[in-house]
Amino acid sequence: MKIAVCLRRVPDTTAKIVIGASGSSIDEAGIKFVPNPYDEYAVEAAIALKEQAGAGETVVVGLGGDTVQETLRTALAMGVDRAVHLQGAPSADGLENARVLADHLRGGGYDAILFGKLAVDDYGQQTGAMVAELLELPCATAITKLVVADGRASVEREVEGGVEPASCALPAVFTCDKGLNNPRLPSLKGIMAAKKKPLEITPVTVAAGGVTIVSLALPPERAAGRIVGEGAAAVPALMQLLTAEAKVI
Amino acid sequence: MANVLAVLEIRGGTLRKGAAELLAAARRIADAAGGTVDALVCANGAVDTSALGAAGADRVLHATHADFATYCPDGMSATAASIASQYRAMVVAATATGKDLAPRIAARANVPCAMDVTSVDAAGDVIRVVRPVYAGKALQTVELRGTAVIAVRPGAYAAVSASKGGAVESVATPAFTRRLEVGAIKTSDKGALDVAEARVVVSGGRGLGDPKHFALLDELAAAFGGEAAVGASRAVVDAGWAEHGAQVGQTGKTVAPELYIAVGISGAIQHLAGMRTAKVIVAINRDKDAPIFKVADYGIVGDLFEVMPALTAAVKAAKGH
Repeated sequence: MKIAVCLRRVPDTTAKIVIGASGSSIDEAGIKFVPNPYDEYAVEAAIALKEQAGAGETVVVGLGGDTVQETLRTALAMGVDRAVHLQGAPSADGLENARVLADHLRGGGYDAILFGKLAVDDYGQQTGAMVAELLELPCATAITKLVVADGRASVEREVEGGVEPASCALPAVFTCDKGLNNPRLPSLKGIMAAKKKPLEITPVTVAAGGVTIVSLALPPERAAGRIVGEGAAAVPALMQLLTAEAKVI
Repeated sequence: MANVLAVLEIRGGTLRKGAAELLAAARRIADAAGGTVDALVCANGAVDTSALGAAGADRVLHATHADFATYCPDGMSATAASIASQYRAMVVAATATGKDLAPRIAARANVPCAMDVTSVDAAGDVIRVVRPVYAGKALQTVELRGTAVIAVRPGAYAAVSASKGGAVESVATPAFTRRLEVGAIKTSDKGALDVAEARVVVSGGRGLGDPKHFALLDELAAAFGGEAAVGASRAVVDAGWAEHGAQVGQTGKTVAPELYIAVGISGAIQHLAGMRTAKVIVAINRDKDAPIFKVADYGIVGDLFEVMPALTAAVKAAKGH
């Protein structure tokens, strides 16, 4: 079982966002960067699939500047076998990033290619499915269950008001949602081992594509609210406001 | 070329809600340059599309295939991509299904894709969209050149009254390989309403103290009579008190209901990011300094175990049941 995971490096979800001087990206000063939380489900799934198969290889692939190597090392510390850094500036056009990833993954002999369902910075939510289409592979997105047996995968994904089951032959592409598994933490032994695991650097050029980021802005602040009162005694006043002022009941 | 294709979502042989909203977004792009709107319906058999003309569809394109009995991403993306060159934009609702479909259409049609768009404007050969990023902590304005796939967030546009023809025409389903076999949706036992689609969301956090106290939220949600869903903070989802599908916030769902009631939720930045665009926010919390009160329109400081039963009774009375 040979499995690839495509990883992103993102600001920690607790980070306060400040707009940078360019007006089209964030100010990175003081921000802690972490592996994209959804990608951790993909890493865990990859390691578990290899463990289940009893043999194989897990490879983590990261597109971006040199800082992504730190993220790749985190995955190696979790137990991934080797890393590939596709060194180049990503495009604002997700299809161009998908092309570069697909070109690298094509012919790699992977049984499964895993992504997080989205990256919590740009919320692009498209790279995984695009890579699948470019490679003409089956694809299930935002999966919360993955069972692999006899060269096929059975998955579940959450849709509004229910769960949608699906299945496909391998090789296939999956994007992983919260609920799929509980990602393991890197052990001290894993962190030490990760330093010696191979991290290959491949320079790439990502085309600009058809998307331009014009600006990034903070959302309008909500107007200051008010404390209606204390305890159950405040409920009648709240109901009055919700029905007469806000008109939502 | 100023025409727009709206790819509509079908579940169980009928149009899902949100079709009229999506057509409103499609009209906005089309009307900027005198274009028309086609609605694409991929189904196994007839679908009642009689309301689509009044919602803004000039034509309804009906593609039929046995595989369209359930969601068929391979066949639907192949069908939309096969006619993509006739359109300046293809719009999809940014639902669970639409988010799955949109990038596939874009890749097959070799055009860019913008996800979860809350505002769209067209000028010249550029489509300008606004998208919440960092889970709504920032708004990104993006320009797409040429044809593009745009997934529009549900609730971003209200339905319009357009009195267009909406005449149904057949469109050929191209040959495709069904790589992913999708089964029928298993409806959740908690009811069909999702936090992302509910008019009212009642969310609970650590202040509940114990998972069994989610019953207080269920009762308040029930008092709204089928228009409310129960959400949860990341802390309680991670603790196993609630399903991850109920999580509101940066690693959960972004919601924009008319009324959001935060119960025992302190208001971590990643949670606020997921619900700050609600029309009205009510917070019930024991700690008067909790950050949730900074975004709440109305707050009650107090013991939720006293406040919740009183509020549930009051909502029941107001709703007349």
